[in-house]
This record gives sequence, C-alpha cells and structure tokens, in this order.
Amino acid sequence: MDEKLIVTSSPHFRDDSTVHKIMLDVIIALLPATLAGIYYFGMNAARVLFLAVITAVITEAVIQKLLKRPVTINDMSAALTGLLLGLNLAPSVPWWIPVVGSAFAIALVKQLFGGIGHNFMNPALAARIFLTISWTGNMTDWRAPGVDAVSTATPLSFVKGATEVPNAAPSLFDAFVGNIGGSLGETSAILLILGGVYLVYRGVISAKIPLIYVGTVAAATLVYGGFDLYFMAYHVFSGGLMIGAIYMATDYASGAITPRGRIIFAFGCGVLTSIIRLFGGYPEGVGFSILLMNVAAPLIDKYTSPRVFGEVK
Amino acid sequence: MKLLSFKLGIHPPERKESTEHLKVEKAVEPKIVTIPLQQHIGAACEPLVKVGDIVKLGQKIGEPQGFVSAAVHSSVSGTVKAIAEKPAASGGEVLSVVIESDGNNEIDPSIQPKGDITSLDPKEIINIIKDAGIVGMGGAAFPTHVKLSPPPDKKVDLIILNGAECEPYLTADHRLMLENPEDIIYGLKAMMKATGVKNAIIGIENNKMDAVKVMHEAVQKEEGIKVAVLQTKYPQGAEKQLIYACTKKEVPSGGLPMDVGVIVNNVATAAQIAKTIKTGMPLIDRITTVAGKCIKNPKNLLVKVGVSIKEVIDQCDGYKEKPGKIIMGGPMMGLAQYTDEVALTKGSSGVIVFDEKEATTPDPSNCIRCSRCIQICPAFLRPVQIAENSAHNMMENAEKYRALDCIECGSCSYICPSKLPLLHSIRVAKRSILAKKRQQKG
Repeated sequence: MDEKLIVTSSPHFRDDSTVHKIMLDVIIALLPATLAGIYYFGMNAARVLFLAVITAVITEAVIQKLLKRPVTINDMSAALTGLLLGLNLAPSVPWWIPVVGSAFAIALVKQLFGGIGHNFMNPALAARIFLTISWTGNMTDWRAPGVDAVSTATPLSFVKGATEVPNAAPSLFDAFVGNIGGSLGETSAILLILGGVYLVYRGVISAKIPLIYVGTVAAATLVYGGFDLYFMAYHVFSGGLMIGAIYMATDYASGAITPRGRIIFAFGCGVLTSIIRLFGGYPEGVGFSILLMNVAAPLIDKYTSPRVFGEVK
Repeated sequence: MKLLSFKLGIHPPERKESTEHLKVEKAVEPKIVTIPLQQHIGAACEPLVKVGDIVKLGQKIGEPQGFVSAAVHSSVSGTVKAIAEKPAASGGEVLSVVIESDGNNEIDPSIQPKGDITSLDPKEIINIIKDAGIVGMGGAAFPTHVKLSPPPDKKVDLIILNGAECEPYLTADHRLMLENPEDIIYGLKAMMKATGVKNAIIGIENNKMDAVKVMHEAVQKEEGIKVAVLQTKYPQGAEKQLIYACTKKEVPSGGLPMDVGVIVNNVATAAQIAKTIKTGMPLIDRITTVAGKCIKNPKNLLVKVGVSIKEVIDQCDGYKEKPGKIIMGGPMMGLAQYTDEVALTKGSSGVIVFDEKEATTPDPSNCIRCSRCIQICPAFLRPVQIAENSAHNMMENAEKYRALDCIECGSCSYICPSKLPLLHSIRVAKRSILAKKRQQKG
C-alpha cells in the first residue's frame, strides 16, 4: 500500500482527560467561592484576584520564553495557582502583594523546579506563607465584609487559646456562609464544600484526603474543647481548613501518590493543623501544615509502596 | 447476579456495537495465502515443503522445533509458490510459506475424525492438540499442548475458559459463544479429560448477557462446569486478573497460573479442539472481528490463516477513508502494522482500522503526579515511577519498582492525562532488565 501508516506500541486507545480539563475543573469548582468573595468584599476582592491570576500567567509565559521551553499557559495551571493565591489573601492588601506573591509562586516554587508536576510544594500556599512572613501587617489586615470595610478579627482569633467559643465571636452560621472577616476565598465553607463535591464527582480528587484531614481536626478540637460540638464546628468551618483540605492538600504534584501515603498525608495535615491551632503561636495552621507534609511526601511514598499483585509479604 | 472481578483496572469505551449483532460470515476463498512459520513465542517451524510442491488442505507444512512450538498447516489446497521472508504481524519479517490456491480445497488424506473424547485417553488428546498446531486463540498464540502438560509437581484442579473479551471492538469470541456453544463445551471437556481436572469455569463479561445465557444453558447438564459472570472492565480477560476474578487467588509474582492450580484457555481454543477431534481438521482458520471507523462494513469473518489484512478488509468493502493505523488484535494490546500485506495468524482476534485522527498519538506533557496510573494498575504497580526510571536509564530502580510484574495491559497509558507513553517506557525497562538477566546467566 502507498499510504504511510502510523505505527506505535500499544495501547492505541487513550482516555479523553487532559491536564487542561483537570485544571479547568478545579477553577470551575472554585468559582462559587470566588464569586462569594467578590460579593462580600466588593471591588477590592476582584482587584486582588485579577492581579494574582494575571501575574501568575504572565510570569509563567515569560519564564518559559526565557528558558526556551514550550509555553504551557494554556493548560490553565498557572491561572489556577494565581486564583488560589488570590483566594488566600485578605481583600484589603495593597496591589503589589498579589503581584509579588504570584510571581514568587510561579517563578520560584514552580518553574525553577521544572514546571508543572515538579514543584515539591503547593505554589500558592508557599507564596501565601512567604507573604505572611515578609509582610505580616499587610497580610493580616482583616476587614469585615461590606462597603465600610472596618478592621475586624477572624473567627479563629476568637477561639485562639480558648476551649469554647466566646460570646463576642461571629456566629457559626456567618462562618459557614462566609459573612466573616478573613481571606477572601476561604470564608465561605459551604461554597468550598460545594466545589469539593463537584471535584469528587468529576474524579479530579478523591474524597478521602479532605475527609481525613477535616475529620482529624474535628476529632482533635472535639477532645480539646471537652466534647463541645459548637467549639469543634467553629474550628472546622472557619479559617483556611476547607480551602486547604479540599483544594491544597489534594494538589497532585506536592502530595503523596501511593494510596496509603495519601491517607497518612491527610492525617498528618490534620494533626499538624490541630497542634498549631490549639497549642502554637498562630491562630491558623493550615498553610504550614500542608507545606510541612508536602516536604514529607516523597518520604511517605517511599515507605508506603503498595503490595504488588501476587506478592507475598 | 453477583459480578466477579479483579481489583482496579479501567473501563474504556466498548465500541462493540458495530459487530456484536453480526453473524460470523465465511470469508471468500483466498487466491493466495502466506503462512508464517512462526506465529508465537518459542521456536519457529522448519518448512516441510519446497517451492513447486502440491499441498492439500490441512497438510502439515511446518514441523515444530522443540516443545514450545506448534505445527503449521496449509489452509488451502494448491501449489507452493515461495518460501521467503514476509512482513510479520509482530513487526519485521518472518519466514513464510506462500501457497497459491487451486480453489478446490482438496482435503489431505491424513485428515480423519479422531473418535470421541469418551474413548480417547489423556495422552491421545494432548497429541491430537499438538499435531493440529492448536495455540491460544485469544491473541498470544501460546501452544495449547504445553499449557495442558503441567509438570507432575503442579497440581491443577481448575480450568478457566476465557470468554471475557475485554478488548474494545472485538466480538469474535462473543459470536462464537452465541453460535457454537456445543463445540466450546466439547473442547473444554477434552481439556478436562486431558488434564484430569474435574472443575471448569467459563468467564464472560456482563456486556454479553446473551452469551452468558446461551453458555449457561449449554452447561446445564454438564458436571463440574459453571458459567461466571464478570464485570465489564479492562483487563478482565488478562490471565492473572481472570483467575483472581474467578477464584480470588493471586498467581504469585513471576509465577504461572498452574502455581495456583489453574489452566486458562480461550473459548475459541476450546472450539478448535472440538473441531479437530470431531473432523481431524487442524487449526487453519479462525473468527476475526474487522472493525473501526475506517472500515466500510464491519464484520465478524471466519478467515483462513495466511490471508492478508488487505484481503480481509476488501471483504468488508474496503476503507471508508484514508487509514491512519491498522491494528492486529484489539486497540489496547494489539499490534500496529506498517503494511496491510501482513498475513493473519492463528492469534489474530481482530483487525481494527483507525482514521488518521484517532491514530495520532497526543503529545505528552509533564507528569502532574495525579497518580491515576497507580490507582488503576491491575498489577498494583506504580507505572509512573517505573517509566520515569526507565526514561532516565535507571533500570535497577525500574526493577526495584517491579517492572517485571507489569502485564502490559496498557491501562496506565490509557488513563494518563499528560498522555505519557507509560507502558512504552515500562516495556523498554523490561527488555533491558531481562537482557541483563540473560547476560548474567549466560
């Protein structure tokens, strides 16, 4: 025959999932919480998100051009990193905070280590911690939702050092729907969970990681608060736990990859978060916990290799 | 009904609708056949004929060399035109006997009914199978008499007939089960007698419930034979996975089915054994599914061994559009062909033709460590880590990650969102590790 045929080794069939589709699914899952953030905090929030996303995408393109690598901004992973960072910032931060943060996340944490899949830490989270340590004042300038944008404390700072929820604290319902002070995307637990359900349904994440993570924090705070359910619920639904457990601890590149390793990873995140929140110096420990477990992930993978079919141990 | 299954695996689109309702058609008599003298792993046959010889239908033309080898017979009557290297289904070339048919299908006088299984003793049955050149017809074409002759220290107590047909597109076994259940059962009983095994299971995926029904009825009066309904999942028909689904026993790593007391054979192999015992005719034809986007009229054809892919496709009214890829076998484990002049062998379960778009492999990107390959690997391996080590030529590491336990089902490459050729990399590692082992031995 005259026509040239394509010859490759099997399989000749491929699933239609792509990196682009996965990243897009995560962005879709984050949309309700993003819109809620804009609803509660107004144009400030929109400005922070826009700057974070646009800087992340531009940084990725520029670095890949400089390193003469293929530009992969179409896979949406840089946009997702920018969005996640934006959602982790206080809406009142000056304009250069999201810009510096996104540039740091993409340039240092992601591209310098080899680009997508090679970052050993979650880029958005690493950037948040970097910003918090460097510009603590700006990063913790929490405002109450609404046009007046008066300074306020986050729900977690009310329960810091306490074993029950003080009367002055915002109501649990407000924490649940997001009508509280805090980072612009981490406030509405219900919308973050909604997105999480979508991701599990789409097969992008396994429900195990968030369930174990949140469950561990719930158990620890329940015991610490002397079986005060309200105190426990307060810890579970406020702060960065939901966004961290559903969207950051489930990050592919920086997490464990073996089935047992993932369970240990999620459990470790829960334990560290509980320790920092209940006994540490900061009111919130989600960011540090996930980053610490990110660093431990390769070690966890090494010691949790699955049993091979037909292998007798 | 409780569905049996192995653990993990994938569920690719089945794509069986174009041929699953089509009766097996007898293919047009070929004018010329090219019969490869090697159709499986193991030793190649020595030709028994010379150019110019007149051969009869069913006459032995290739003598097996060694134990793991199977005889080759002429699928037509006619004249030997050449004995030469011809394109092989496994790539490269293979010594083949080219026979021009006289169209008479004059049967070789040696072809005589072999009697009945009740009167044949186990040794006779195995010799009949050996002489008829019967091999596993699921694809690998491993000589059946070898499988049925386990060493005395291995106690076999179960035969599993593989009717899973888990590859997309393929419906040859499905149609065989619907149209000829008697021969399958007869052949199975011959295998049971040959090995002294009292129990047998016929495993069929639940996307073929009509075949389940037919086979179930066929075994009603048979003692020790059961039909097991398997979940439609890939690779349900892989030997070790099928054994696990039916018995919950894992074949030990590096071991064989007989290590857990099981022999697995394809339903088509069983039907061929019945045909050989009843008529004496060796393995000279088989059912093959011709399908895919580029085929005008997909069909299940009864084709003679040695017919070219082109001739088979012509009988399905040719290509609908420019073909991009021709696959011998199914799309998950089949072999891509570089020309349609390749001859069909005893193991050719299908000819699948993709258009150029389907045939183009997507560009791979970085692994994003989503771990989907780990979550689905039916051998419980970490494909991405074997592949990474293989790509960096770190074969010791690849071996540590158990590259040799890979069953090459291709599920990892299938599921990968970064479109990495994971199985390809693992194959490279396996070849390299095995080559090194042979070197150390020798």
